[in-house]
Amino acid sequence: MASANSAQAKTQFGYRRHPDQERSGANIAEHPVVVVGAGPVGLSLAIDLAQRGQRVVLLDDADRIGEGSRAICFSKRSLEFWDRLGVGDRMVEKGVVWSVGKIFHGASQLYQFNLLPEEGHKRPAFINLQQFYAEAYLVDRVEQLPEIDLRWRNKVIALESRNDGVALTIATPEGAYQVHASFVVACDGARSSLRQMVGADFAGQVFEDQFLIADVKMTAAFPTERWFWFDPPFHAGRSALLHKQPDDIWRIDLQLNPDADPVAEKQPENVRPRIERMLGHDKFEFEWISLYKFQCRRMAKFIHGRVIFAGDSAHQVSPFGARGANSGLEDAENLAWKLDRVLRRLSPEGLLESYHIERSAAADENIRESTRSTDFMAPVTKQEARLRQAVLSLAKDTEFGKRMVNGGRLSVPSVYDTPLSSGDRDDWRGGPRPGASMLDAPVTEPGGGSSYLTEVFIRQGTRFTLLEFGNGAAADVPDGVGSIQVGGEGGLVDAHGLAGKRYDAAPGTAYLLRPDGYVAARFRNATRPALDAALARASGVN
Amino acid sequence: MALSTSSNFAKPDDAFRAIVEAHRGLTEAQSADLDAALVLVLANHIGDLDVLHEAIALAKRRTLDTSQQQQQQQQQQ
Repeated sequence: MASANSAQAKTQFGYRRHPDQERSGANIAEHPVVVVGAGPVGLSLAIDLAQRGQRVVLLDDADRIGEGSRAICFSKRSLEFWDRLGVGDRMVEKGVVWSVGKIFHGASQLYQFNLLPEEGHKRPAFINLQQFYAEAYLVDRVEQLPEIDLRWRNKVIALESRNDGVALTIATPEGAYQVHASFVVACDGARSSLRQMVGADFAGQVFEDQFLIADVKMTAAFPTERWFWFDPPFHAGRSALLHKQPDDIWRIDLQLNPDADPVAEKQPENVRPRIERMLGHDKFEFEWISLYKFQCRRMAKFIHGRVIFAGDSAHQVSPFGARGANSGLEDAENLAWKLDRVLRRLSPEGLLESYHIERSAAADENIRESTRSTDFMAPVTKQEARLRQAVLSLAKDTEFGKRMVNGGRLSVPSVYDTPLSSGDRDDWRGGPRPGASMLDAPVTEPGGGSSYLTEVFIRQGTRFTLLEFGNGAAADVPDGVGSIQVGGEGGLVDAHGLAGKRYDAAPGTAYLLRPDGYVAARFRNATRPALDAALARASGVN
Repeated sequence: MALSTSSNFAKPDDAFRAIVEAHRGLTEAQSADLDAALVLVLANHIGDLDVLHEAIALAKRRTLDTSQQQQQQQQQQ
């Protein structure tokens, strides 16, 4: 049953006139950052910036949170980001936690996988949560932050790039007004109008196959797992996906023929028989039906002068792999601390280029992975279909065949090959390398309370932080750098030995974490000059 | 060059024969299915992406050479 609290999540908001609208000409309002688009990416970015002390204007052309569940799978990495934004608990409480996926061929199970086979992580591999809940919780958080000025029914209709920023013309129900922003971040989705305004292209691959999404409400005893079928008995020759969401809603995704008539296929009376065959009963109601084709593409440059693109406006992937919303959230987290430093003049504007380098490489990886999944699900040529059939038949008897079956490779954080990293100079047999995301592990507070490394990182202020494995007294860290000590005098206790193991740690081992939790550098023994150099590099200062 | 193109079988005729015989009595479609599965099994056994890429390149060059020859022959006719 849905809790009363979540069922009442607010989704309708009102337009309000803002004093900026009284100003014009040389007198228009100046803002450090304007974020366009109050979806999961824009909202999360605004919150991150606000928590770093930046004032943010957040514009959205609608006055309500979109209908339909749309994105439903949020990754561990996204949940850790949302923990930093203060909304992680709410998402996880409402969400459906899962980590097991099963792949079927015909009527029989080929194999199953567990995305988080080990203990000792605060967050699960994934939760399923309707996008409108995620957005509603983010809006609630926004409303707690006076730094964010969220303006509904404010639609950007013109953009003029200047040397020191961007002039935006914004349409409202009461007419248009202008503002000037030092930076504009376009989180305005796949059909981004800002992308068109800067004249950027958005080339890529279009897939011809059509997919039908139906969210149905029913009480069912299926386990909370991701089930994927190739050639199921109820949908011969095509693929199907079943996934649980909160409120007894189930996501069903059916591959259709490329020549299926979109209007006819979307009619509930045509969808119903297919789903009855799948479920073996008719005790369900439709919540949402959508038919889509998809594209895999990205912008060549994520930064156009002072206009920065994040999320679907910058890149699009097929949905199999939960790489859309999750990669957009990673964009937001990657950008927020860099933009904050540039606005404070702690780092040169060139630091932002690393956002493009890191996140466009991640987009390429996501496009590659999701294109492969899509090609496997919907083979284009006869020979591709033959090879896929060979894989599926070999998967019954062989381990290698099982691992070649591609029913979607689910989102994991990218490892960045980036100028912000300082390369390894010491010997490592494991642990996250520079450019990789920090790993979680359980730790015990000196006072006896249990916690996780990701939580301690948040308490350090989500800034540059040295994670050090105790070797006597704590290392001398530069000003403004947080410090986490595991072991040693007064440090956290690695009661299960998992922190040490996951970081390939010996006494004296130290990891310099970036404000987004990525590893900037690591040392067997951190000397102050080496630390200063790594910090300067990771800040884009040298 | 990671791919070995020296003769690795003591009796190459036996190897060739084994593959030919596997296809005996099959329709063209069945043969193609068999080849697809066989390629995947052998590729996994090799387990080396560089070798696989070189093998693909070598095999593909044969195919292209053959089709070019056919084209030239057609032009000559």
